[in-house]
Amino acid sequence: MSHVALRGVTRVYPGKTPVHALGPLDLELAQGEFFAVVGPSGCGKSTLLDVMAGLASPSAGEVLFENSNVKGQVPDGIGVVFQEDASFPWLTVHDNIAFGLRRRGVAEAEVAAQVGYAIEFMGLKEFAQAYPAQLSGGMRQRVCIARTLVLKPRLILLDEPFGALDQQTRLLMGDELLRLWRETGATILLITHSLDEAAMLADRVGVMSARPGRFLELIATGWPRGRDSTIVASESFGRLTSRIWTLLRGESLRALGHG
Amino acid sequence: MDKVAVTRIAIVALAVALLEALCRLGVIPNFTVIPPSAMAQSLWKILASGRFSHDIAATLVNVGIAIVAAMLAGVAAGTALQGWPAARRTLDPLFATYYAVPMYAFYPLLIVIFGLGDFPQVAIGFLLAVMAVIINTLNGLDRVPAVLLKTARVHGLGFIQEAFHIRLPYAAPYVFTGFKLAVAYSFIGVIGAEFITSSRGIGYEISFAYNNFDNPVMYAMILFILLLVITVNLSLHVWEKRLLARRRRA
Repeated sequence: MSHVALRGVTRVYPGKTPVHALGPLDLELAQGEFFAVVGPSGCGKSTLLDVMAGLASPSAGEVLFENSNVKGQVPDGIGVVFQEDASFPWLTVHDNIAFGLRRRGVAEAEVAAQVGYAIEFMGLKEFAQAYPAQLSGGMRQRVCIARTLVLKPRLILLDEPFGALDQQTRLLMGDELLRLWRETGATILLITHSLDEAAMLADRVGVMSARPGRFLELIATGWPRGRDSTIVASESFGRLTSRIWTLLRGESLRALGHG
Repeated sequence: MDKVAVTRIAIVALAVALLEALCRLGVIPNFTVIPPSAMAQSLWKILASGRFSHDIAATLVNVGIAIVAAMLAGVAAGTALQGWPAARRTLDPLFATYYAVPMYAFYPLLIVIFGLGDFPQVAIGFLLAVMAVIINTLNGLDRVPAVLLKTARVHGLGFIQEAFHIRLPYAAPYVFTGFKLAVAYSFIGVIGAEFITSSRGIGYEISFAYNNFDNPVMYAMILFILLLVITVNLSLHVWEKRLLARRRRA
């Protein structure tokens, strides 16, 4: 039984000239799987995430999360981290992370314990009482990840969460994401424009075509569960990324209008 | 204190000293303007005697009611309109021309409707102030980044929860600008209305003193209003700075 299933999912933005953004595509994610999506820009990656999260409804087909239909509403158990800074500038780091728990009416002692743990886990301890404006971009993204994490989502959708960060920070954040994935046992879908990131982090990489986005191929990476960023130096990592790039190159050219 | 602040104070002090000198030397006759020192002295005497305590209290209470009502109604109306674009488009011409209407023209009508009590003064203050709050609230609510609204949906927030937990907190600095204007407009509205038809209040006393050529009282009360408004606005300014400091990069 798959944890998440997409069947014939299509998304068309209506209008004078309707834009066919996505699909039709099928996808099954196993419980606890780390799945990465790469594709040329504008191929509908973010649309895919919106549809999976219930932030947008598919024009055709269906999305199943834990066997129930996702449509028009974000189900309990799904957490989303966006590319843009989504920290709340009016709240301290602590209160940002506590946001979801408080909306759910969790008792304040329990909130303090959970948030304390998440702050520790994400290395934000010194900044608990700081406001987002006083933090770097990477730190703010950690706050957003922590805010998602404390709600114990069973499916975490990440839309280029490290897109705005420098390469070294990205690698380290990748390590943290792997640690988080192992610790929580959540199913993860990561959208990224970095082939290295996809190849290093995921169990499987879905390579998408130019718009309307479809999966050209699903590539199993074969990494052990205990992996970390040091695998980028291995020989098989190079083979993997070059295979993804071979698939993507033509699509990226098409997306740029050269094909 | 920085150099700019020192210069600023020096300019004000110089202007006051100049006025004092011109009045003392008889260049400006005392039946036109009295020396600032005399204004201060007269004000001190009035405040110490408690002669106008009732009027001052009445004005402050009326201004306070107008401010609070404008803040509450303005934020509520702004939030509702932001969530109801059709109504907002319909009312748009009203927003655009609101301050072109001389509000005092409605004063007789307000007296006919509400009688000769405090209500017409409060109403004028409120009417002048409320639109500033509505416009600034809308402006702030429009600026909430899409990603924060998506985050609200991920957390399953409804319209009211989203307004209280995401939109209004984000818009707070803009709403605060509206509040500052509301404070200024409420003072203008209430005190101005007291000039026209009222039997008490600071505005009434200034107008009464003016009609009786009572320059010491008139100028003392004008000075009092000046000091009051400056104090209120400076406090708001300090509060706003503190509110904004946490949102700015260190």
